[in-house]
Amino acid sequence: MPTMLLGPANTSGRVDETFIYIVGISAVLLLLVTGCMIYFVVRYSRKRHPQAEEVKESVWLEVFWTVVPTLLALSMFYFGWVNFKYIRTPVKDAISVNVVASKWAWLFIYENGKRSDVLRVPVNKPVRLVLTSADVIHSLYIPAFRIKEDCVPGIKTYLGFNANETGTYDIFCTEYCGVGHSQMLSKVIVISGEEFAKWYETTEASGAAKKGQLLLQDKGCLGCHSIDGSKKAGPSFKGLYRARETVITNGAERTVIVDDAYIKDYVRHPNIDIVKGYQPIMPVIPVTDAELALLVEYIKTLK
Amino acid sequence: MNEIEEKSFYQAMGRYRGILGWLISTDHKKIGIMYLGALLCFFSVGVTLGILIRLSLIAPGMFLSAQHYNQLFTVHGIVMIFLFIIPGIPVAFGNFLLPLMIGAKDVAFPRLNRFTWWLYLAGAFIVLLALATGGGPPDTGWTFYAPYSIESKTNVSLAVFGVFVLGFSSIFTGLNFVTTIHRMRAPGMEWFRMPLFVWTLYATGWVQILATPVLAITLLFIVLGRFIGIGFFDPTRGGDPILYEHLFWIYSHPAVYIMVLPAMGIISEIVPVFARKRIFGYHAIALSALAIASVGYLVWGHHMFTSGMSDTARVIFSFITFLVAVPSGVKIFNWVSTLYKGSIEVAAPLLFALSFIFLFSIGGLTGLIIGSLAPSLHLHGTYFIVAHFHYVMFGGAGFSFFAGLHYWFPKMFGKMYSEKWAKRGWFFLFVGFNVLYFSMFILGYEGMPRRYFEPPPQYHGWSVISTIGSWLLATGILIILSNLVRALFKGEKASANPWGGRTLEWTVSSPPPRENFIHGPVIATDPYGFEGKK
Repeated sequence: MPTMLLGPANTSGRVDETFIYIVGISAVLLLLVTGCMIYFVVRYSRKRHPQAEEVKESVWLEVFWTVVPTLLALSMFYFGWVNFKYIRTPVKDAISVNVVASKWAWLFIYENGKRSDVLRVPVNKPVRLVLTSADVIHSLYIPAFRIKEDCVPGIKTYLGFNANETGTYDIFCTEYCGVGHSQMLSKVIVISGEEFAKWYETTEASGAAKKGQLLLQDKGCLGCHSIDGSKKAGPSFKGLYRARETVITNGAERTVIVDDAYIKDYVRHPNIDIVKGYQPIMPVIPVTDAELALLVEYIKTLK
Repeated sequence: MNEIEEKSFYQAMGRYRGILGWLISTDHKKIGIMYLGALLCFFSVGVTLGILIRLSLIAPGMFLSAQHYNQLFTVHGIVMIFLFIIPGIPVAFGNFLLPLMIGAKDVAFPRLNRFTWWLYLAGAFIVLLALATGGGPPDTGWTFYAPYSIESKTNVSLAVFGVFVLGFSSIFTGLNFVTTIHRMRAPGMEWFRMPLFVWTLYATGWVQILATPVLAITLLFIVLGRFIGIGFFDPTRGGDPILYEHLFWIYSHPAVYIMVLPAMGIISEIVPVFARKRIFGYHAIALSALAIASVGYLVWGHHMFTSGMSDTARVIFSFITFLVAVPSGVKIFNWVSTLYKGSIEVAAPLLFALSFIFLFSIGGLTGLIIGSLAPSLHLHGTYFIVAHFHYVMFGGAGFSFFAGLHYWFPKMFGKMYSEKWAKRGWFFLFVGFNVLYFSMFILGYEGMPRRYFEPPPQYHGWSVISTIGSWLLATGILIILSNLVRALFKGEKASANPWGGRTLEWTVSSPPPRENFIHGPVIATDPYGFEGKK
């Protein structure tokens, strides 16, 4: 049963169709109930109708308004089920992308090992997301596609769609995960097949700088810290090295110069100093000493 | 009646005077009044927190940090759910009215009743203590989802323990009411001669007894996880976070019926009295309460349609969810039919009751949208859910609470309030409520996730409208409560039966005497015969 409604993905119309069906019936029922109620209150007000009349109980009426709503309700269930089944049934030859959610960043890992903090997919091609979480429960939600699924630590869940228009769409986290919850944002970027193939096949430059950037992405740092100077939940890495920052330590303000030792110490023991204007929300990120050294070298290059 | 007999329960003295006399009283009426006072205090606290949430949402970061915002909506939820709406109607109106309505002198276990009140106070005290000690107010959301609640540095353990204690208060209340209804009915009061409010208290009692222990166990698991690292819900130790969601909703979905069933009972009392007409479909309304209470047990999974639970389970839960909608619909049709050919006086209690029917219908019908599998994929975890449950709990249970308060106020306090100001307060509350929460349906459909400290900019417009609604709503509540407080001190004396009700509580003086009935009543009919009454 193909849907009449379209949207940016094959799933959008399926959800909207069921939504409209139920809202339509509900609106009629609500108007009926409210309309009768208001009419009775006006028509049989004590002024107009000082003496109530006896109205006989009716088994038939009770049966009628039990059976008809039951049938309506079951039709709603059925519609929802059919479209749910369509949305949830895996499609062969889908591009599979592993999604790792963590406080408060998204990491998308493609089959060839390519990693990204935004979800790039080709248009008109089925995509299957395999979701999990590195810490607490998160939920991957693409409002334009009308779908979401929780990312649960220790478990793999999945989500599938087929985008039918190129464009950029929001990704939100819809399972409460702490202070950075409303900052845990990303995008789905739907591009043409050729464009996607080109991006997918490009191997990343393997210089130290690129490695550093990938490491920041893998560890989820880029969820809160930009590398282009834009403001996120934490200070940008751009121009951070050797910068003078005002921090609050135990309630007292002081100025520090961000050097190698300071960055390393901060990653190991976050939130002892709170950078002025930001929240003390940085989680302890597990990194090795070698990785940390690489990160610092990379941050140095972001001037 | 002579002078001595007319002495009200307020004047009846026990061994102690003053506050102590109240606290150790086993009189169901005094316990009901104390509960009512406490509930209204916590309700006011919850409303204030809600107003602050709305304020922060239109100017994130201006006066609240993300962490404080998260703590704020968590405490708003805990206070409103566990300290106001779950105990709510049963402990205040149920306590005061159940024995009166069935012609009894008190509940079956008066001392157990007093103990529930002490447990409620203790639980509330522990919850409040949790806000001021340790890592501060919890930041988990009122749902305490693991593993977040296991890791959180805030004072989750103590808050959870407070809720645990409150749970026992609820269990004992249910136990007491079920026993009372079985054993204490006056001669001649057969099951199908009981007022419908009593029927709903009966159904609610069973839910309280059977569902609340699951909550207690679940919360205990959280505390064990936090203190000694038992990993029931921790995947790194072989536990399962989705197990927590199951256990939590096995209680918390039936808890919705703990809130809403007695609310439906109040509506079933008010509508016939102000329409001067026998309630339509008495048996259908009574039996549908039992149907809701029993089927309502098996639908908890609809809170988990995007949780990663198996798709087969989702289909089954969705199916049962649609079945539980039907008995609620049956009640609504019967209430509206009761108005047909009645002689209707739109006094304040009826105004609140009719608003209940309208708002609860919206809450119920939007429940069908999110109970359906496909739309739930889109709407789960968004403001649509927030709007839906506020329509059910506040538009439903909350408005019914106010309906009951205005209906029984003269009986409870022996004073009349200003009808004019009650209606003005209703107007602000009703308009404010819809502006506040209907905007959230639109935000939710547009995809705004719940529990966001900083909503993405495309949602700003409706957020502002919603916040304006919250101010109107607060104005309404302020007018309503001031009107009632004023009536306490300056109101005219109320007669025994100001509304022309036919249930037994209206046969005794306002406020009732200590022993309720001078001569034990004998019942010959159901309490909805208004034939020939003006």
